Amino acid sequence: MPTLELQEVTAGYPTRDGWFPVLDSLHLSLDRGEWLAIVGPSGCGKTTLLRVAAGLLLPQSGTVRVEGGPPRGRVGFMPHGETLLPWRTLLGNVLAAWEVDRRPTALDRSEAAALLEHFGLGAFLQAYPHEVSAGMRQRASLARTFFAPRPVYLLDEPLGALDPLTRLELQEWLAGIRSTLAKTAVLVTHDVEEALVLGDRALVLSSRPARAVAEFRVEVPRDRGRPEFVALRGEVLAALRRGKEGHGRA
Amino acid sequence: MGGRDRLGAAVVALLLIGTWEAGVRLGNVPPYVLPAPSAVLRSFVHDFPLLLHHAGATLGAFGVGLSLGVAAGVLLAGLSFYVRPVGRALAPFLVGSQMIPVFAVAPLLVLWFGYGILAKAAVAATISFFPIAVNALDGLRSVRPELLEFFQALGAGEGKLLRLVRLPAALPFLLSGLRVGGTLALVGATIGEWVGASRGLGYLMIRANAQLRTDLVFAAILLLTLLGLGFFGSVGLLERALPPRRSRLRTP
Repeated sequence: MPTLELQEVTAGYPTRDGWFPVLDSLHLSLDRGEWLAIVGPSGCGKTTLLRVAAGLLLPQSGTVRVEGGPPRGRVGFMPHGETLLPWRTLLGNVLAAWEVDRRPTALDRSEAAALLEHFGLGAFLQAYPHEVSAGMRQRASLARTFFAPRPVYLLDEPLGALDPLTRLELQEWLAGIRSTLAKTAVLVTHDVEEALVLGDRALVLSSRPARAVAEFRVEVPRDRGRPEFVALRGEVLAALRRGKEGHGRA
Repeated sequence: MGGRDRLGAAVVALLLIGTWEAGVRLGNVPPYVLPAPSAVLRSFVHDFPLLLHHAGATLGAFGVGLSLGVAAGVLLAGLSFYVRPVGRALAPFLVGSQMIPVFAVAPLLVLWFGYGILAKAAVAATISFFPIAVNALDGLRSVRPELLEFFQALGAGEGKLLRLVRLPAALPFLLSGLRVGGTLALVGATIGEWVGASRGLGYLMIRANAQLRTDLVFAAILLLTLLGLGFFGSVGLLERALPPRRSRLRTP
């Protein structure tokens, strides 16, 4: 059984002028331990896709299954932007994810602290979000998301809104600790290199309403300088362009 | 308030008090019309035990009234937030209720609740619940949806959302409402005592006025002002002790 499965999912929003389609019969399937990167033009519906997969938005048709059941309550969802609770310390924020399930014990506290330490934030457990840098907040957000045990995690631009250098550093860092985390994740990004550095597969979506244009398995070494990587990046970019133009013609 | 503002305020206060003192002395104003600040201070010190005795009753009515006001305000805010039709139906009446002068209603409240503490508490509650309700509702509505979605996806129900996100986010708003409502509640308790009481600073003022003890009236006003400022300041301290809420962070 796939960990996360979307079948023929069509979704959209009602507007005053009628139905506004965002996702067009999308299909995706994710096995345990896999990381799927989704790339697409801005505004193509990547966030909507995650909201549907998280059970926050019901699809118009099609099904979403997490380990065979409905998704609500069974996924960790990291929304786009700054979403840490400003009145809680970094440690308090990570524990908040746990409090959805049950009261944290002393053991949970030390595990949360250990996770933050693993994420390079050991010296900032008692700092408030506004006291640390944007990159650190992003790492704390990731730690909070991963702290609640769920079969699958949905990350909406987890490294968005950072300056290019910090973003690059965090990409390398996340790629480095990915294997130690042993999680299953879908990650949405508009950055092709990020998709190829962090994903086992990269799914390219078209402009709205989003359809799957192509899917790539990342089997080249994840080194931006290697010719194989550069070639794959070129292929993904070409697919992106196809998705944009193809839709323009339709 | 910066150091310069503070200095400015002190200068204004000294000028006012100085003019008042000089005016009373030079103009030979009878003390039962307008006592000099020095006479007010003398009465404040000399009659302090008496003032304290009556302040106890006023503070009691204030405390009970404000608690009722907070309870009613928070309840109304919660109701308006969660049951929107009820909130919309109540809104015009709540706003309308604020147009009725409390002075006009106070005698009725005394008629209904008697001469005890309850009538004064009722006046204080009537006058204080509104700013508390408005601020609490603003607080509940202040939460950005993305803050909630993280917890909703994990499976948090409304109770968890309320405890983890909505209430902590609303707390500073509630304290702002408490600051305004508390100040009004003190006024309300005093008005209640004017209308009918056998104890309290409001009652003392009426009695002192009838006895031409204008200095004592002013001393009671001075004590009420100090009590109000003390409450205002303590809520401010509480606000500052809270962890940060509205940080400068914004989603770009």
